[in-house]
Amino acid sequence: MFNGVLDWLRGIGASVINGVWRLGYASRFFMLTLLGSGTSFRRFQLTINEIYSTGVLSLIIILVSGLFVGMVLGLQGYETLQRYGSAEALGTLVALSLVRELGPVVAALLFASRAGSAITAEIGLMKATEQLSAMEMMAVDPIARVVAPRFWAGVFSMPLLAAMFSAIGVFGGYLVGVVLIGVDNGAFWSQMQAAVDFRHDVLNGVIKSLVFGIAVTAIALFEGYDAPPTAEGVSGATTRTVVTSSLVILALDFVLTAFMFRGV
Amino acid sequence: MEKTTLDLWVGIFVAAGLAALLVLALKVGNMSSVNLGDGYQVQAQFDNIGGLKARAPVKSAGVVVGRVTAITFDTERFEAKVTMTVDHRFQFPKDTSASIMTSGLLGEQYVGLEAGADSVKLKDGDSIKLTQSAVVLENLIGQFLYGKAAEGQPKPNGASK
Repeated sequence: MFNGVLDWLRGIGASVINGVWRLGYASRFFMLTLLGSGTSFRRFQLTINEIYSTGVLSLIIILVSGLFVGMVLGLQGYETLQRYGSAEALGTLVALSLVRELGPVVAALLFASRAGSAITAEIGLMKATEQLSAMEMMAVDPIARVVAPRFWAGVFSMPLLAAMFSAIGVFGGYLVGVVLIGVDNGAFWSQMQAAVDFRHDVLNGVIKSLVFGIAVTAIALFEGYDAPPTAEGVSGATTRTVVTSSLVILALDFVLTAFMFRGV
Repeated sequence: MEKTTLDLWVGIFVAAGLAALLVLALKVGNMSSVNLGDGYQVQAQFDNIGGLKARAPVKSAGVVVGRVTAITFDTERFEAKVTMTVDHRFQFPKDTSASIMTSGLLGEQYVGLEAGADSVKLKDGDSIKLTQSAVVLENLIGQFLYGKAAEGQPKPNGASK
């Protein structure tokens, strides 16, 4: 009985110590990435290659999802708004919800599952096949050569992807609302423009997506770098990347929204 | 993949991203119409501001000329103090009057400016003297009912004959 309680307490202690140790390790890894990022700007071609695999290859899923999210917003928004006789406010609804919330958040979730998982799997496999150790043997810093360019590519791509998601989402809303259902074209755009403020809505959305980009890429890189060098280890790390970064995106979104849009 | 094709794709990606941002700024947002930020500030005191909020538009003759920047409560006069930024392009006479109006029946509230005839213009930090409070729907209904009741007062006397 007494031993059972002791074991239970010991279990709690071990998991807390492990969690704090992992957090410290992750912070140290993040700092090392930032310190070693000189190479990714001096040899910018490295970063460009990574922008191709994280940004350009995510384009299709981002654009198609954005279009459909915008179209669904148009349909559902119209259904609700026309009950109150204010179907003209559809443009405002679609644009504000995309620019403020859905654009950055959904684009970041897609980015985490499309690009984040790929980054983790790639770096985890590099570690498992001892490519990272081989680089160290050749006096090449794997963090500067492999990790940092991926980090900056992710941070750079994310806001652009979110902006494209929002823009094509607004177009999808326009397609359904104006072309298909027949909301007045002028009212759709003018009410949208009256309600959406560049600094308050658009720029805050960009800041959000930048923060999400940093969070997702850092988590993906750390999980890959920290993965046990086995097949199961890499698969577990990839799963953890998607789960952790999705949760972090949603939690961060709440915090950022509370700071940005409170009291307005 | 060949290096130049890859660079081309990244170039297209970046250009498309920047174009999307531009579309959001110009077509979706209000960057093209009213660019606020460099304007002059004026204050106005109101008995009641109703549902006016910060960032509400300031309109004159229906055209947006500025935005409400802050709403505070004046503890000496027990009135609401509304600070608004008006664009430099729009100069108003010193005896301009401000009133709080509602767009549509249930729409958002905004500050309406009605230009006066003074030759001196409003400057940064000036305050507008002539103000008219928001119309509160409850008060309006109350007044209407009160008026109706007063109207109906003599009737029972006449009917009792």
